[in-house]
Amino acid sequence: MDHVKLINCMRCGMCLPACPTYKETFLETASPRGRVALIRKLQEGELDQSERLLEYLSLCLDCQACASACPCGVNAGELVAEFTCERKGDKGLGFMEDLILRKLVPHPDRLEASLAPMRLYQRTGLQKLVRTMGVLKMFPKPLERMEGLLPTLPSKPLRQEISEVTPAVGEQRGTVGFFLGCVMSLIFSDASRATIKLLSALGYKVITPRNQVCCGAPNMLGGDLEGLKEAAHTNVEIFGGYEVDFIVTDCGGCGAELKKYGHHIEAEPATAFSGKVRDISQILAMHAEELRAKLKPLDLKVTWHDPCHIAHCQGIRKEPRDLLKLVPGLKYSELNEADACCGSAGTYNIERPEMSDRILKRKLDNIAASGAEVLITGNPGCLLQLKKGLADHLPQVRIAHLTEILAQSLAG
Amino acid sequence: MNQTILQELAAIVGQQYTLSDKESLAVYGYDSTPELESLPGVVLLPSNTEEIYRIMRLCHSAGITVTPRGSGTNLSGGSLSAGGVVVQTSRLNRLIEIDEENLTATVEPGLITSALHREVEARGLFYPPDPGSMNISTMGGNVAENSGGLRGLKYGVTADYVMGLETILADGELLKTGGKVVKDVAGYSLNPLLVSSEGTLGFFTGITVKLIPKPQGKITMLAHFPALQDAALAVSAIIAAKVIPATLEFLDKVTIKCVEDYAHVGLPLDVDAVLLIEVDGHPVVIAEEAAAVAEICKKHRCSFFQTAQNAAEALKLTEARRTALSALARLKPTTILEDATVPRSCIAAMLKVIQDSARKHNVVIGTFGHAGDGNLHPTCLTDERDKGEIKRAHAAFEEIFDAAIAMGGTITGEHGVGLAKKKYLPKLVGESGIRVMRGIKQAFDPKGILNPGKIF
Repeated sequence: MDHVKLINCMRCGMCLPACPTYKETFLETASPRGRVALIRKLQEGELDQSERLLEYLSLCLDCQACASACPCGVNAGELVAEFTCERKGDKGLGFMEDLILRKLVPHPDRLEASLAPMRLYQRTGLQKLVRTMGVLKMFPKPLERMEGLLPTLPSKPLRQEISEVTPAVGEQRGTVGFFLGCVMSLIFSDASRATIKLLSALGYKVITPRNQVCCGAPNMLGGDLEGLKEAAHTNVEIFGGYEVDFIVTDCGGCGAELKKYGHHIEAEPATAFSGKVRDISQILAMHAEELRAKLKPLDLKVTWHDPCHIAHCQGIRKEPRDLLKLVPGLKYSELNEADACCGSAGTYNIERPEMSDRILKRKLDNIAASGAEVLITGNPGCLLQLKKGLADHLPQVRIAHLTEILAQSLAG
Repeated sequence: MNQTILQELAAIVGQQYTLSDKESLAVYGYDSTPELESLPGVVLLPSNTEEIYRIMRLCHSAGITVTPRGSGTNLSGGSLSAGGVVVQTSRLNRLIEIDEENLTATVEPGLITSALHREVEARGLFYPPDPGSMNISTMGGNVAENSGGLRGLKYGVTADYVMGLETILADGELLKTGGKVVKDVAGYSLNPLLVSSEGTLGFFTGITVKLIPKPQGKITMLAHFPALQDAALAVSAIIAAKVIPATLEFLDKVTIKCVEDYAHVGLPLDVDAVLLIEVDGHPVVIAEEAAAVAEICKKHRCSFFQTAQNAAEALKLTEARRTALSALARLKPTTILEDATVPRSCIAAMLKVIQDSARKHNVVIGTFGHAGDGNLHPTCLTDERDKGEIKRAHAAFEEIFDAAIAMGGTITGEHGVGLAKKKYLPKLVGESGIRVMRGIKQAFDPKGILNPGKIF
């Protein structure tokens, strides 16, 4: 790791009030400033790579709220992620990591097939039986948590259903490539369907290449930088085969990763690819007035939760709010600490359940105080985490992806 | 640290809040002061006054030193401890009471300054001290350092608002000073002594501050000056015209660029200085004051004068100013920040001294600060790995301090002496000053266990 990135931290502490784990613990070791110091002291030989040090670092959500708060341009979250990735990479991939990151995730067919038993499990009523009988208590805790997080799956992944080309409605203004995230396709297919509908209603021809692969973000988490680069190469090549104005995604996590392809592979096609990537809110906001004219009233009280991958990693805050305010009749109220992480953070909610729950509780308290009936967001990780959180603690509030609400208003 | 003592401390605050592993100690070895680090023996995070009392009793009888720490944003090394016990106040963060009849607020030491602002302002009240780090710093730290802030010019500093303190002394005894009374001449005034004592006289457990009605309106303005000296002269002219803005902040070219790079608020990159000016009060009065300020700036050859159109725009400008110090660190890894302060009529002369010293010692110094109250922040942008440059930076600052003293100013306006300014203090206060301070320390803490080695 580049030493200068570490010594750039001047320890002013501006990151402390932004960090969800510091706010929960008040511990310097759980703060961005502390994490940068730990890595720096490790690199300078003042500390060893002890279990405890790794444990402290692993409490980081990598939400990058610290990066938004840092006036000196230090990104503590990313430094921790880089450090973890390098460390895991040095160790080499374990059997399970290799199986998941190399043999499963990069192959959409296999990934989809792997979820088929789950669909069966949910549809046959087995899930109900298992849950009533408390069978899951017999399995390791993480499994029980994972099972609980998973909402009812759509009958088929969207990738298999959607046609590769969706024509523009009316006069065509341009062409976009749609990057369909794995979780969006497998679980939140209704939202992605809504995304395509909105794009086409605004005059875009939408191309959804069926052979696109996972963005590679899970590889980064698992310490598999090579796997990430492979995914990047594949996607850059696939989308390079089409003439598109933008590459659009409705998954905050994918968007953040796709925008970094140019950084991971420092070559022209990847840079050009990253330059074209847009979150769906960015594209829709470009045509705000046109969209406003098409929207019909919705009598709903809503609020917006900023996904870290959208607000902190991509710097997008204004667009989703502006878009919601376009819908006639919609009552928007700002969520307190809207850009604080919900505790989902990749696999954090499974790996660090205790801290994840504390952070989720703070988010739910803020949602309750907002008085909203619908919580709106733009990232599948947040959707999973908050859907479960709301169902357990605030059943009167439902959750929706930004494009679902806009498409609902479009349909009237 | 001795295992038996550690166990006894853990019995007081709980194992979870007794940090003695080397990783934790390593990250409590710094605060925001560059170049200084030292490892504490143990870090404790008590949750109530009773626990602090018991910690003090135990440490007093065992002869162990105790150093209070808030959020660790100290800029003079004041929260560092070589060995001994560090007590972090973050969990003692309750707002105990807002008394609207007496116009006071009583808080615990770990409450974040801006959290108090939010609560009192929601009730139409105002707690003016607003140090640059107010979103992070604690009230206890503000009192211990007598923090200033952007509104110091019109409203004064923390000391001007502290009415009552509850302090646990080195031997565990509770000392109550002041209270909610406006007038109090019973014996020595101990509040001002405790405020700015930098944790060397006692441990604050309760703080009662004065509140005032929230100003009805404010106007935020920004003036661009192609020439640095013109900006400095405009500052003196504004004050001489009997307009006292709440805020009168100065940013030089280096600082403007760094802040704009981070905050993107539209600061000009082609001028030598900007002044950020805020007047507050009755709408009719501030309209007149704003007009006077605009006229003075124009007379002093400002090239552009802008008035914030709404609260959001104003907030953006003042928040951008708050990031000045950290934003300067974008250019170089190490920033050495000083807060030499001079009578405000000497601002222009002081700016010249800073520029000359920087040139003479071949270092880059960005300057920003509270021009209206003579409190500038010359900040040297350097690299701790370049020992030669660091040496030259300190040589430049030595000259700046000497000049400040010669102008009737001081070596530190709001950051405290701590460890960083220790060697300059005798120059300022003389032998008699040091002798009296030592006597006071002796009276409060004869065993010398509270934040040892600081100030003198």
